[in-house]
Amino acid sequence: MKALILAAALVAPLDDPGQEARARALENEIRCVVCQNEPISQSTADMATDMRRLVRERIAAGESDAEIRAFFKARYGDFVLLRPGADPAFWGLWAAPFVLLLAGLAALFALRRGAAPLAPEPDDR
Amino acid sequence: MEGRSMIAELGAFLAILGLVASLLQGVCGLYGGHRGDVRWGAAGAACAQIAAASLALAFAALIAAFVRSDFSLAVVAANSHTDKPLLYRIAGAWGNHEGSMLLWCFVSALFGFAMAQARGAMDLGLWARAIGTQGAVTAGALIYTLALSNPFARLDPAPYQGASLNPLLQDPALAAHPPMLYLGYVGLSAPFSLAVAALLQGKADQHWARSLRPWTLLSWTFLTGGIALGAYWAYYELGWGGWWFWDPVENASFMPWLAACALVHSAIVTERRGSLAGWTILLAIGGFALALLGTFLVRSGVLTSVHTFALDPARGAAVLVLLALTVGAGLALYALRAPRLAQPTGFAPVSREGALVLNNLGFAVAAGIVLVGTLYPLAVEALTGRLVSVGPPFFNLYFTPFMAALFLLLPAAPLMTWRMADLGAALKPLLPAALASLAAAALVIATAHGKALAAIGVGVGAWLVLGTLTYLWVRWGRGGARTLPRLAALPLAVWALVAAHGGAGVFAVGAAVETSFRAESTAALQPGQSVVFAGATVTLVEVLDVRGPNYRAARAELRIERGGRARTLSAERRYYDAGGAPTTEVAILPTLLDDLYVALGEPAEGDAHARWIVRLYHNPFVRLIFIGAGLVALGGALGLAALARRRAVGAVPAGAAA
Repeated sequence: MKALILAAALVAPLDDPGQEARARALENEIRCVVCQNEPISQSTADMATDMRRLVRERIAAGESDAEIRAFFKARYGDFVLLRPGADPAFWGLWAAPFVLLLAGLAALFALRRGAAPLAPEPDDR
Repeated sequence: MEGRSMIAELGAFLAILGLVASLLQGVCGLYGGHRGDVRWGAAGAACAQIAAASLALAFAALIAAFVRSDFSLAVVAANSHTDKPLLYRIAGAWGNHEGSMLLWCFVSALFGFAMAQARGAMDLGLWARAIGTQGAVTAGALIYTLALSNPFARLDPAPYQGASLNPLLQDPALAAHPPMLYLGYVGLSAPFSLAVAALLQGKADQHWARSLRPWTLLSWTFLTGGIALGAYWAYYELGWGGWWFWDPVENASFMPWLAACALVHSAIVTERRGSLAGWTILLAIGGFALALLGTFLVRSGVLTSVHTFALDPARGAAVLVLLALTVGAGLALYALRAPRLAQPTGFAPVSREGALVLNNLGFAVAAGIVLVGTLYPLAVEALTGRLVSVGPPFFNLYFTPFMAALFLLLPAAPLMTWRMADLGAALKPLLPAALASLAAAALVIATAHGKALAAIGVGVGAWLVLGTLTYLWVRWGRGGARTLPRLAALPLAVWALVAAHGGAGVFAVGAAVETSFRAESTAALQPGQSVVFAGATVTLVEVLDVRGPNYRAARAELRIERGGRARTLSAERRYYDAGGAPTTEVAILPTLLDDLYVALGEPAEGDAHARWIVRLYHNPFVRLIFIGAGLVALGGALGLAALARRRAVGAVPAGAAA
């Protein structure tokens, strides 16, 4: 039992530094499903530890990041992925910042266009 | 149990008195402003005094109930405990939904009182209407508080012991975090009231903007300090070495801060040039709307988070109604009145005001990005029923580069002149700063392979710091030799700008380096065993069982040897008597440039020679994050001092930066 707990709390780092970096990046993007708004990289819950180990096992087994994301999504639902997906439900999200910026720029040009020419004003104080 | 104290009844009575006074403040102020009658205005101001005084006493009554552990109050029973240290019994008064709503009302009344006292150069119409609007805001919040989350509600029979405050919140920084955040959040009601007053009056001129600026700057400074304190708390208390997670509740305070950033700058343009008045009004309304939205998000529990106290849909809906009323009224008034506001709109693209307009576009879009990211999961769930998450990857992809782009433009802005600027002349003094920043970025690229993001962050941060110092250098040399007395004699407003902008640069460097180069490791150690991490040898000397006032803790004595020097630090894992998840008290070995951060994890079960999980983090440059945020807040405080001095002197600013 003791060894088991130890193994659970300690997720051994992967030998390959590249794989280890991928694991850490993925752990920041996967949500701990029993915590309140924490990625598994930051949670000390047993569940998060199990999920961290799963990530490493799959990387060691040669799966790609996309495959691992798909695995977690299939197992726990969309909710588990902190990185929004590319499916149509997220198109609005991905587009919104550009729409906001364009709208802001358009408003700026409208403001400039509607403005009266600079009236001569007294010199700056 | 001895006879019941009347403190709850007294508190409830005072809160109701505060409500009546706020309502009268609203009526007298608005009517007085409409009639131009100074007697009604003075009556409104007197009501504001009564409202602030009675809510201060009501809140004091609640604190007294917490200090005395009066468990006949439901909110005390649910959030306090007799064994809790005095500081946390007091902090318990705002560490829960009901108490924090009363604090909200009190702060709103406090700002009404302050506006009534500090009339300054405001004309009667503006002053009285602003007091009146503020009274209406306080009254609305009080009606909600008393009807749906009354902190003075009794519990019968009273329990003998309370359920205690969430152990995570039992921390000095977090005891101070909510009041400071609320002073900022709710403080945005003052610019809102002044904006509504200007719309009612049909006049938003330079004098109006001048009256607006101190209130905007005050709440922005408090917000900055409150957010920085929260991030610092997260860093050392949550035990994973992080300081910001784009958590919805963090975003809830960050959005009003972004809007307030824009407002602080647009108010400068309106004061100096008279232009952008309509936009400044819209920002003041929007900033307060985001503060209310933040209250809604935190209070309704629609977004789960460690920070949320109450998970009550009825309360959430009521805050939403309050939000709709406030923003709806503000925007309707804006639509009706704004076209009639006489305001010059012209500005040259290359000018100080042009640069400030760009700043405003940037901050508004940035706030919009955070808003969309925060609310998107709610929208998807409402429309399709799917539960989705929008987490850090989204914000890091959009917000961070966008902010970096904004920061690239910043150093040139203070070097531009008002009305029309010569871009070449503004950029020329920045050449050394630009070259040095590029060199800094190149150095990062050369020393750390493949860390392009770190290089960009360091370059941008250095550019901001050096560019701001260049501005200081140019200002210093303007009209005379660069002597020390002339440096000391520079206007406070210049120092405010240097501290705030330079602080943003320091923050950027710290955030980029910390995020890119942090390292972590986990080890299972028996007492006496060591682990080598980040150039240090960390030895778990022993683990003691210790007793705190209301918790039991496993305290690990750690010996950290680094560069030939050894230090002994302790890290704790606390188990509170009242239950809940164990909390961590981390051991941090700070140096000027980095932190070695050790958290004690779970023990491996069993005998006395058990091994302990020890989590180690190396956080380079993390201090710069908090120093930078502190400098930004200091800039706000200096700006306030500059405005206060200007007001005392009664003079028009003489070419000062801001």
